[in-house]
Amino acid sequence: MSLSKDYLTYPQRHHGMDHDRYPWSDLFERAPVRWPGNARIALWVTPILQWFPLDMKGKPFRAPGGLTMPFPDFRHYTNRDYGNRIGIFRILKVLQEFKLPASVALNAVLAERYPSLIDALTQHNVELIAHGQDMDRVHYTGMPRDEEDQLIRGALETLRNASGKPVTGWLSPGRAQSADTPDLLAAHGVTYSCDWANDDLPYAMRTAHGDHYAMPLAYETDDRVVMLDLHQSEDEWARQIKDRFDVLYREAGEHGGRIMSIPLHAWVTGVPYRIHKVREVLAYILGHSGVWAGTGSEILSEFIAGQGDKHA
Amino acid sequence: MSRAMTNDPLLYDYLPYHNRPKIVWPGDAKIAVWIAPNIEFYELNPEPNPVRAPWPRPNPDVVGYSHRDYGNRAGWQRMMRAMDESGFRGSVSLNVALCEHHPEIIKACADRGWEFFSHGIYNTRYTYGMTPEQEREIIVDSRNTIKQWTGQSLDGWLSPALSNNTWTMDLLAQEGVLYTCDLFHDDQPTPINVASGKLISVPYSLEMNDTIVYNTNQYTPRQYGEMIKRQFDQLYAEGEESGTVMCVPLHPYLVGQPHRIDAFAEALAYMAGHDKVWLATGREIAKHYIDHHYDAAIAAIAANGAKRG
Repeated sequence: MSLSKDYLTYPQRHHGMDHDRYPWSDLFERAPVRWPGNARIALWVTPILQWFPLDMKGKPFRAPGGLTMPFPDFRHYTNRDYGNRIGIFRILKVLQEFKLPASVALNAVLAERYPSLIDALTQHNVELIAHGQDMDRVHYTGMPRDEEDQLIRGALETLRNASGKPVTGWLSPGRAQSADTPDLLAAHGVTYSCDWANDDLPYAMRTAHGDHYAMPLAYETDDRVVMLDLHQSEDEWARQIKDRFDVLYREAGEHGGRIMSIPLHAWVTGVPYRIHKVREVLAYILGHSGVWAGTGSEILSEFIAGQGDKHA
Repeated sequence: MSRAMTNDPLLYDYLPYHNRPKIVWPGDAKIAVWIAPNIEFYELNPEPNPVRAPWPRPNPDVVGYSHRDYGNRAGWQRMMRAMDESGFRGSVSLNVALCEHHPEIIKACADRGWEFFSHGIYNTRYTYGMTPEQEREIIVDSRNTIKQWTGQSLDGWLSPALSNNTWTMDLLAQEGVLYTCDLFHDDQPTPINVASGKLISVPYSLEMNDTIVYNTNQYTPRQYGEMIKRQFDQLYAEGEESGTVMCVPLHPYLVGQPHRIDAFAEALAYMAGHDKVWLATGREIAKHYIDHHYDAAIAAIAANGAKRG
């Protein structure tokens, strides 16, 4: 057995990244970021609402949280749908207690299925982030470009029409993008996406339709990742959120503003025994001076306003 | 060059932990502790390998790729700072193409006197399916690249993504590599059986490897700190009789996350706070062992075999 010569040939072996989407940059060498009121931390709470179709195909791969049992998989369908009926309202109540803004990422199909959910969301101080069509419509390289374009256009139209708001943020189902996704998003007026897990601050992506930003939605301390993928308890999740905050808060004193992102899957953190941990971590964070809370759009606007050379 | 498929790696002979020739570390240290950050580059669109897919999803796997990229944008700085604060140098398990991609990171490591050894060209290019001559090519490439960018010799090897062939160790010895990190059979260095030349194993670890701890065993960040301290306490105590080795293999994209770094930093400070601890590099351990203990180990292995013979 032998491999072709290509396997020992490295066409992208040169300075910087092996693609042109963004240049390499060292988090600790960038110009300090300044938040409103000279806050150390921009707190970005991101509830996530998802709908997993009962006849889910899982092609070419299943998004995390996807249905796993033979049809009809009532147990997982309903467990996930719980978040849209119950969980989100518990989370919104906690946010209201603290008077916190938030960005709610939701599958567009939810706006069609549950119009009253959109009505409820728009009564709160929340920004809507388009979370694709539904959890079975993943984006991947190899899907026809027209199909992906249609998927993005459709999801945005649905959410923009239902909410009457611009909807300029994006989270792909399963955080999965094709090679074209940032170009298509930028073409449809999406300013930022939350899929890439490589930074603690926003950074600019080059697209065929102008700048688009990657926003640092926390990946490793995501509630679903910690509690369901890693099988760690809600106490442990809260511990890690606080530890994360402590380090970012400390760094902000030296290196400029940081972002504390808290993704909350409504079907994960919105269950009764976990919700008070949400309250606990928010109380902990807000017990510090120098914490400013914003939506993704607000945080990104402040970030862009304070940046000179955005590709630095 | 080939070795047949066998039910034993045929790379080392049995030598029980008790009654071994005593290992004495410099300064009469009880334990040699070395930290091995895997500074890696994963490709967005790697060449396909017939045996192993680089990513669970079709390329580009944005989550998989960007998660690793976090290490080179943010995580490495936190990890390096924690090591600086406790006086640990790193022995970098390096995907050598990172010299070209991110020389800024290489320079920061080199400026601190860290060692560089090879972890292949990219972590998305496996040795599975390579001929011995192809595999030799990546050893030579590694040696040349490390020399060019750091002036250092290539003395250690950890196969890319731990992909190995039966002949890998023979090749390493032929090419003048001193030590392998791919074998987890011992807490002390051991001679490796190779076709020609001399090669030893310096203990690396799966158990202390942050990837295994966080992702495979799914332990918490604070638990990792506790494990490091417990591992150290035991090997430190045993080092009273004969010097032991403890390795902490790291990945900046994992240990360098904000919710993990403090528990790790605390464990480093704990180890560095003991006396009779040799804060070593892989190369230093290998050279000391080869110069002072290799021959005694070979004799002990022969005698142990003869006892049963």
